[in-house]
Amino acid sequence: MFEYQSKKLLKQAGIPIPEGMVVSSPEEASEAARKLARSVVLKAQVWATGRAEKGGIKFTDSPEEAAAAARDMFGLKIKNLSVEKILVEEKIDIESEYFAGLVIDDAAKSPVMIFSSMGGTGIEEAAGEHPDKVVRASVDVLKGFREFEARDLIRRTGISGGTLTRLSRTLAKFYAISREYDARSAEMNPLVLSKQGQVYAADCHFVVDDYAVFRHPDLGIEVAREFDRPPTELEKIAYLVERNDHRGTFYFFQMLDEVSKKENAIGFNGAGGGGSMMSMDAVLDRGFKLANYCDTSGNPSASKVYRAAKIILSQPNIKGYFASGSGVASQEQFHSARGLTKAFGEEKIAIPAVLRLGGNFEEKAIEILHTYLKDIPGKVEGYGRDDAPEFCAERMKKLITENQFLPHKVRPVTEPEIKERAYSFKTVTGEIHIDHEKCGRCAAKGCVEACSPGILKLEKDMPVLAISREEAEKGKCTECLACEIFCTYHEQDAIFIRLPIPGLKEYREKVIKEQKKESRERE
Amino acid sequence: MSILVNERSKVLVQGITGREGMVRTRLMKDYGTNVRAGVTPGKGGQEIYGVPVFDSVKQAREECGDFDISVVFVPAFLVKDAALEAFDAGVKLAVLIPDRVPINDVLELARVSKQEGARFVGPNTLGLVSPGKAVLGMIGGRAESAREWFRSGSIGVSSRSGGMTSAISYYLTQAGLGQSTIIHVGGDAVVGLSHPEVLLLFEEDPDTEVMVMFGEIGTTQEERVADLVSGGRLRKPVVAYIGGKAAKSGTRFSHAGAIVEGSRGSHESKVELLKKAGVHVADVLSDIPKRAGQLLKERGRKR
Repeated sequence: MFEYQSKKLLKQAGIPIPEGMVVSSPEEASEAARKLARSVVLKAQVWATGRAEKGGIKFTDSPEEAAAAARDMFGLKIKNLSVEKILVEEKIDIESEYFAGLVIDDAAKSPVMIFSSMGGTGIEEAAGEHPDKVVRASVDVLKGFREFEARDLIRRTGISGGTLTRLSRTLAKFYAISREYDARSAEMNPLVLSKQGQVYAADCHFVVDDYAVFRHPDLGIEVAREFDRPPTELEKIAYLVERNDHRGTFYFFQMLDEVSKKENAIGFNGAGGGGSMMSMDAVLDRGFKLANYCDTSGNPSASKVYRAAKIILSQPNIKGYFASGSGVASQEQFHSARGLTKAFGEEKIAIPAVLRLGGNFEEKAIEILHTYLKDIPGKVEGYGRDDAPEFCAERMKKLITENQFLPHKVRPVTEPEIKERAYSFKTVTGEIHIDHEKCGRCAAKGCVEACSPGILKLEKDMPVLAISREEAEKGKCTECLACEIFCTYHEQDAIFIRLPIPGLKEYREKVIKEQKKESRERE
Repeated sequence: MSILVNERSKVLVQGITGREGMVRTRLMKDYGTNVRAGVTPGKGGQEIYGVPVFDSVKQAREECGDFDISVVFVPAFLVKDAALEAFDAGVKLAVLIPDRVPINDVLELARVSKQEGARFVGPNTLGLVSPGKAVLGMIGGRAESAREWFRSGSIGVSSRSGGMTSAISYYLTQAGLGQSTIIHVGGDAVVGLSHPEVLLLFEEDPDTEVMVMFGEIGTTQEERVADLVSGGRLRKPVVAYIGGKAAKSGTRFSHAGAIVEGSRGSHESKVELLKKAGVHVADVLSDIPKRAGQLLKERGRKR
């Protein structure tokens, strides 16, 4: 959350904050300064620390000065982030600065309130040098952090009198609001005492627990991920996929701002935190960069892995696709194999892929990959639990070299035409269309047999649902993709499973435009 | 012997009628876990793989007697209530499978379980297995795999990564080294039983000779293990691997966290402290079975 958003919460809790407003243009900044009618401070709203040194904080004495300062600030890039909003606040005459923070102690399994009689920038170093000025108290979550506890805590730094009571009251409220909004960590730094004896939270920062964002729709958090920067467009698309499908985990973030044609970067698809990190180490050790980090685990549906692959393949110029997890996964690996098969088949990727899908049913998973992906332009190799990640990373390197470092070209999102007469039904996150006219030419009717939940049957020799449409839509159809893959590769290509990814079509159009522009420029 | 679970432990499954609950109940039953009953509010009266389903834990207890353990498969936002219900009915160990459980819920469970003299594993755990005796959760995926991958023996395995829990144990089995109990402590920042607590249980277990720990960056679990080894409270040999060498540090830690932890939590800090304490830190995964095998032999000679 931005500073101004965090401050809104403090205000809600009754903690005094400097009077101020958020602006998005120099004109608004001068208007704000006029309204406040005193000296003001302009603070750039960016997700980065150390903004003061980069010119992200300025004090001004008149509306004209405020407009000029805002003009400079809107042009700034702080840690690669452009300034889009500025907080204009009354300037406070500061008597003293303090620090207050709430963190979670994983050893004690409880929140810890930290208070320091020194605040402001460089508090970490200062705290190291003056341990006597930093005090901590473990909080009993069943009781909360009460004012008398705050008093006993702050007292230990030598603060007394009215300041002690005012700070204690603030600290107790600070705990309550942090807890109410499920903050994973929160800090007020500096917490200041003005020359007039008032306590203000001059700056504050809340990090809301990703897992609890659902409890706080009023915060309007778009992407519940603990990033140190705003999410990219592709990350937002990925987050929607995760939010709309609770089967398994899909976590995606980009590690490079941009992949150039020359960069030796790959698309990464890990499975499970530990296995992913180990696999990452193996590829990084071989001189690769990772365009993205991605984790598809916790027994995801084939459709979720399909969407993950489509998103990874929306990154231009990657040189290969590397999937690897722990190697001994409890999840049924053929789901991942089918998801990858559908995605790679549609994309007809020309870059090589090394897919280490060790674990339950790995033999079946590898067989699916090798059977159905042998004819796409890029080479696909599947591996299992007895193939170490180091070996697989070595294979990736070899294949990319053999492929002469061909960069991945992003293709537009296309769909086959769906005939009006097609037999169609909805699934949890998509729809299935079967062209019965083509089915008439099919000898095998293998789709019914391939269907893992067994929800298809033959009626007048045509595949139809053996259950009600409602049941299929509610999840009896697990979107295992087996029927489509069978039909596409063994028979008439009569089945199409539509799995929409909101926003991806438009995103790719933009990427393709860029691709074209780049190649024109080179000519 | 083994820790936390054996073939006699009486097990309850909460959320037994859900997608994962059903599939994993089958795994547990097939493997030989003593699953006595299941609970899904509003679905009482059914049977899942021969296990009777009740509307509440109390009702299940009235019908089936006390439970030692509850394995929880309910959606993340209901995990706290489910675990509190289990503790209230006298369950002493809850295994919390779901991920994305709010951290405040976990803190509350930690506080209440302490008061009740109960413990919990997870959240965000694949579960645990005492090979040849019982499996809790979804580790192994299905009974055939669990039997093939894990063998009974004297190495205790504790891991913060689910997949790696299975991977390490499988590679130990391949090297002819069986396991006493294998436990995935869970991937979250705060978990019920963490590495130091699990390793102390292995220390007390007469059948565990060597311990293997798969650690990761973040939290203070591995540092606390180093402290226990230095302080002489863990005397059995420990082989450790710390993942996340290449992961970008700093993204997970806010300012406030840095004040409390100092340099703790990073890959270097963990490896350095563990090595200093005399723990065998493996550089690549394949070193783990090698080192564990050597240490097991050495212990055999000393006896």
